[in-house]
Amino acid sequence: MKLTLRIWRQKSPNDQGRLVSHQLDDVSEHMSFLEMLDVLNEKLLAEGQEPIAFDHDCREGICGTCSMVINGVPHGPERATTTCQLHMRKFRDGQTITVEPFRAKAFPVIRDLVVDRGSFDRVIQAGGFISANTGGAPDANAIPIAKGEADVAMDAAACIGCGACVAACPNASAMLFVAAKVVHLTHLPQGQPERAARVREMVRTMDAEGFGYCSNHFECEAVCPKEISGRFISELNREFRELFWRGKS
Amino acid sequence: MAVDTHALNAGIPSGPLAEKWDRHRFEMKLVNPANKRKFDVIVVGSGLAGASAAATLAELGYNVDCFCYQDSARRAHSIAAQGGINAAKNYQNDGDSIYRLFYDTVKGGDFRAREANVYRLAQISTQIIDQCVAQGVPFARDYGGLLDNRSFGGAQVSRTFYARGQTGQQLLLGACQALARQVGAGKVKMHERTEMLDVVLVDGRAAGIVTRDMVSGEIRSWSANAVILATGGYGNAFFLSTNAKGCNVTAAFRAWKKGALFANPCFTQIHPTCIPVSGDYQSKLTLMSESLRNDGRIWVPKQPGETRAPGQIPEAERDYYLERRYPSFGNLSPRDIASRAAKEVCDEGRGVGPTGLGVYLDFADAIQRLGRNVIEQRYGNLFQMYERITGEDPYAVPMRIFPAVHYTMGGTWVDYNLMSTIPGLFVLGEANFSDHGANRLGASALMQGLADGYFIIPYTLGNYFASQAPPRVGTDHAEFRGAETAVRERIQKLLSVNGSRSVDTFHRELGLALWTGCGMARNATGLKQALDRIPALRQEFWEDVNVVGGGEELNVTLEKAGRVADFLEFAEVMCLDALTRGESCGGHFREEHQTEDHEAKRDDENFCHVSAWEYTDIDTAPKLHKEPLVFEHAKPSQRSYK
Ligand SMILES: Cc1cc2nc3c(=O)[nH]c(=O)nc-3n(C[C@H](O)[C@H](O)[C@H](O)COP(=O)(O)OP(=O)(O)OC[C@H]3O[C@@H](n4cnc5c(N)ncnc54)[C@H](O)[C@@H]3O)c2cc1C
Ligand code: FES
Repeated sequence: MKLTLRIWRQKSPNDQGRLVSHQLDDVSEHMSFLEMLDVLNEKLLAEGQEPIAFDHDCREGICGTCSMVINGVPHGPERATTTCQLHMRKFRDGQTITVEPFRAKAFPVIRDLVVDRGSFDRVIQAGGFISANTGGAPDANAIPIAKGEADVAMDAAACIGCGACVAACPNASAMLFVAAKVVHLTHLPQGQPERAARVREMVRTMDAEGFGYCSNHFECEAVCPKEISGRFISELNREFRELFWRGKS
Repeated sequence: MAVDTHALNAGIPSGPLAEKWDRHRFEMKLVNPANKRKFDVIVVGSGLAGASAAATLAELGYNVDCFCYQDSARRAHSIAAQGGINAAKNYQNDGDSIYRLFYDTVKGGDFRAREANVYRLAQISTQIIDQCVAQGVPFARDYGGLLDNRSFGGAQVSRTFYARGQTGQQLLLGACQALARQVGAGKVKMHERTEMLDVVLVDGRAAGIVTRDMVSGEIRSWSANAVILATGGYGNAFFLSTNAKGCNVTAAFRAWKKGALFANPCFTQIHPTCIPVSGDYQSKLTLMSESLRNDGRIWVPKQPGETRAPGQIPEAERDYYLERRYPSFGNLSPRDIASRAAKEVCDEGRGVGPTGLGVYLDFADAIQRLGRNVIEQRYGNLFQMYERITGEDPYAVPMRIFPAVHYTMGGTWVDYNLMSTIPGLFVLGEANFSDHGANRLGASALMQGLADGYFIIPYTLGNYFASQAPPRVGTDHAEFRGAETAVRERIQKLLSVNGSRSVDTFHRELGLALWTGCGMARNATGLKQALDRIPALRQEFWEDVNVVGGGEELNVTLEKAGRVADFLEFAEVMCLDALTRGESCGGHFREEHQTEDHEAKRDDENFCHVSAWEYTDIDTAPKLHKEPLVFEHAKPSQRSYK
């Protein structure tokens, strides 16, 4: 297939940045989206131009590194699919494809399609964990956990931290990301002792990092490559409200 | 080639096998709790091994600097592991024990691993599961709320713990959350997008590292009382593998050049069930979980050059070659055996798919027997992934699979304390060579990475500090300055070649040379050809590679070029090791050494040792050291899966 690609080029954080058009004539429908970009980059190199910088690593849809907005949608048109797992058969011959970085105040652009998502890590560092020093753990089967609860914890823990939810949200909110971690740990008995502090610290850091508020658009859920449920956000809100009431009493 | 006959000293504790680790823990020296904050540790790598080590060492009170090349610790390659993690819990009451896990691992490794290390690994395995559950890893559970297990990779007992098809992800998130907690507490400083480019020795000890900031390009030194490498495996030497794109040998290779011996570089694992290559743009290979072999039947047409669609080929004209050759293990034969068998049928011209490099993995019988529902429940997400990548519906047409490079058993040589031959340089996880011999069993890499990081290094590092009191040298020391200069010069050299070929074309060509000469089956002629080709390719690289952009910016081409330059040297050591090991064992199959029915033939008389290679200089062959392996408990026998 033949494609026209309009790709965001930005040399550095302070550079203005702009969309640059490229033609690609020999795209196979079996290529992944990133392989198509590899081919384009080889072409650019052959012409003595600098290749397009983009983040990627596992190319299996699990590390959460790949991060681009394809025709206005984070990770592109296929449901529940990361950019690296998206294949060119989802596009038409002759199509124009626009590729931009994830955009959010809390995700500054570093170069081209590469952004800095360090803010996510800082939210986890504030409380997205269970404090269990190595060595002191009781036998793994000492506390049975109902299968249903363990399954909910796993549904939430499946988040790959890619940031598509933030990129899709009109407010650039990180609520789905934070909710996923809070729900994961809240549904486990091991997560109880730090339950309140976790929610408080994670939400506080989320705000401080410049993520926006949630106004229930649920664009996040729609683009999430791991189909993390928007319901988790209500659960996070409930946890947060409880914290508030407990604080009052 | 020089051979050093002085045996390497692995420092294995004396005493009965089951007591060695306990005894050693008692005999090792301890660092006073108040003194731990006086020691600084560098951990390179944030995968299972690195993250668990960094977090645990910080919990103990050491000051840790942790480095990774990704933009977040949580994205390390360990995240991609699917199947599970082994532990000798015997929760299923089906006859598992520490001794059985030990025995299976030694046998699975084709008697090329150290008994004492493997026994310790089996002992520690149970604590790992306890630790992970305490951290909140959501392992699969049964309806009673207890942990579920499955049998994996042909094991006779169900000892594999799993979290859906995302076990690596969940274990890594557990470890990275423990790490995040220490970052929040100020005990670990995390350096993302920072690549280690050299290790620095002062007075023969590891004193620090030199890194490049992958965003600003800044070259910088870091000093510490000890350095830990947990930088993963080198499967990407082959270009195409199931590894993440950034996996590299650079850290281990730099250490090699500074004097750390490298053990068994030719021991690589080829996984039998991956999605075949679809075209010359292919950038990586995707693993399809081994569990598919529980219900799928593997076959190829009997006739070479068959052109009919799979559904049109009658039963009588199909060859279910694994079932035919290995009636008792059939489709569940171990990885190395299943991979080699696939290669053989493809070599005979019976391979399927557009390239002829593929075999069918067929679920038609299973769907008929169990119903589509059951198959969907068991493998739904895998089938989806397959369809996403290939555009074919595996419920209707058989999957096509082919073996792919997956894991590297070889790695930096370490002693029982996980210390390399450079004092103060410790190596953990896939980056070391220690526990899997010539073939790794499924679900054992995760176990080893976490054993190393959570439960071994915290003790052995303390012992190093307490018994040797290594000083902390400032980064203004001449050795650091010299190393920084060398790193800068090399980058400058890469940038100034200004040739006509891209880095990827060299990497692909190297990969093909390795796959052909040092892949699933090896012979002296092919290895010698590879050994001729690789240095020539390396020379072409340094004369004709095209690295655009500058050094002081985010430059993906430059990053790749540095890694490929190292692979181009390292690949030669792999081939040399493969040529020197004149026997077949595990994943290392030398065609000259096979039984009458084409099975691997070990030579215990001449090769019951670890081959550890020492760097001399680029123009002379490395020097071979041998660490003899002694088997007192698991007696070497011919592996048979007939
Ligand atoms: C697709 C797939 C599935 C697998 N499934 C299983 C399974 O089910 N069970 C199992 O037991 N094993 C499995 N394995 C194997 C297992 O995942 C790995 O062996 C293991 O995770 C390696 O962990 P590690 O911590 O040693 O290294 P990695 O996870 O590879 O981490 C390496 C770290 O080092 C850093 N690094 C590397 N080089 C540098 C450098 N130069 N400078 C700075 N940082 C650097 C990286 O950033 C990263 O943080 C699988 C492997 C693959 C590829
Ligand atoms: S590259 Fe890992 S999820 Fe896309």
